[in-house]
Amino acid sequence: MSKKWDASSEHLLRELAPQVIGAIARRFRDFSSAEDAVQEAMIAAFTQWPQEGVPENPRGWLIQVACRRMTDQVRSEIARRERETAVAAEAESLPPTLGIEADMDPDDTLILLFMCCHPALTPSSAIALTLRAIGGLTTAEIANSFLIPEATMAQRISRAKQNIKASGAPFRLPSPHERIERLPAVLHALYLIFSEGYASSVGSRLQRLDLAREAIRLTRNTKTLLPDNAEVTGLLALMLLTDARRAARTGPDEELIPLDKQDRGLWDRVEISEGVELLTAALANGTVGLYQLQAAIAAVHDEAERAEDTDWPQILALYELLKRVSPGPMVALNHAIAVAMVHGPAEGLQLLRALQSDARLASHYRLAAVRAHLLERTGDYEAAVKHYRVAAARTASIPERNYLIMQAARLAGD
Amino acid sequence: MKYILMMNTMKSGHGVPGWPGKDLQAHIGFMIDINKELHERGELVSAEGLSFPDLAKLVRAGKDGRPLTDGIFPESKEFLAGFWIIDVDGPQRAYEIAAKVSAAPGPGGAPLNMPIEVRPIMSGPPPEML
Repeated sequence: MSKKWDASSEHLLRELAPQVIGAIARRFRDFSSAEDAVQEAMIAAFTQWPQEGVPENPRGWLIQVACRRMTDQVRSEIARRERETAVAAEAESLPPTLGIEADMDPDDTLILLFMCCHPALTPSSAIALTLRAIGGLTTAEIANSFLIPEATMAQRISRAKQNIKASGAPFRLPSPHERIERLPAVLHALYLIFSEGYASSVGSRLQRLDLAREAIRLTRNTKTLLPDNAEVTGLLALMLLTDARRAARTGPDEELIPLDKQDRGLWDRVEISEGVELLTAALANGTVGLYQLQAAIAAVHDEAERAEDTDWPQILALYELLKRVSPGPMVALNHAIAVAMVHGPAEGLQLLRALQSDARLASHYRLAAVRAHLLERTGDYEAAVKHYRVAAARTASIPERNYLIMQAARLAGD
Repeated sequence: MKYILMMNTMKSGHGVPGWPGKDLQAHIGFMIDINKELHERGELVSAEGLSFPDLAKLVRAGKDGRPLTDGIFPESKEFLAGFWIIDVDGPQRAYEIAAKVSAAPGPGGAPLNMPIEVRPIMSGPPPEML
């Protein structure tokens, strides 16, 4: 008996992927091959299930197909070695695949997550591997969402696994101490998947995977694995509170609409209330971190009915905290905006002058954009136009460039 | 982040067509190796070599919208010989690849040190957060 394929089956399949990889990797002591075998099983499922129906035991089906791939691979490896060195048949010593399903361990997915976000990996390869092994996505889907060829993405993933192998990481859960140390890299990877969802949202948006939604799903799963970690909860809240504004932040021609001009009726109330609820729980939980603070700032924006109702003194206080918890040029820049909103543009500009000497910011478009905006508020239109144009020349984002040159044109009276 | 690497070469003087066979072979082999390496690292989006400028035409729309073509342009000293589109973790890696390409072997195996123009490819906006 099999069930009809529907949207929930696809979700189920993706959710099963990391569990199956984890179980097989543990049994065969080979993460890299297990991940490849499960990817093949996933592709087989995506081809067969929609036509033949979802098997009664989808997990068992995936394990069986993936194990068959694993044994085939081990056998052909043995055959190759036999031809070369006449090693005795080792096929008998293959780990039994029976019982894999029974001893699946929820910690497996957590092990995988730390593995995929291993410090030996560059951010782009960690993201790619996370999407495939934890997200249960196919190489083609990932390649497509990053707009690169599938073969290139396949190489990136296999290279990432080689690097993990070379680093000698065992397939086990990092110690509690190590986990705390490495969690920021995991959260950063999830955060990058979320922002990639926006950055790659120009062009052929149709037919492409929604990476922001994927990031939310993965972070939700991570929260299930680490329910007591306030930063994981904070990150999920931040994503929801940011994603809630998605429909309002671009116009019909994909032009950017800044926060204070957005139609707040388009904001997703369900996402906002879930985000606020999560944030409240996280803040009650203890130490306040980077993601919780950013989520708190997003929540203050989201809770204002009109832009002019925004509680800027509250936002300023949160940026003061953020500056202490996670100092950096972008935080300093946003802090200057909050100062300008509370104490007037002249004070904001004063802070920007100090930031000019920071090499990471000096030639960054956002410094010029913020300066232009504050100059406009002081009434110095001529200087504002100049800085809007400087910012436009420096951004690598098309909607942002269009927005900035339009601001300059508006003030120049063209 | 995606970047385009544009390789410019001189139109006259030490043009590729006049090199000895051994040097040409080394140059071509070098380019094949670069592409292979970029592919294996999962960084290559695309790479194209362009024809010599002899086949280049400058096209404008005429009054009736039909193409008006113009011939070869003796005034330009350099021409675009080829380009790569890469997807890498940041500008430093893009510059590293560009420097490698720039030092492709020329006559006698000496590095050409060609100018490689590196420019970010535009993307969508980042989300409204830090």
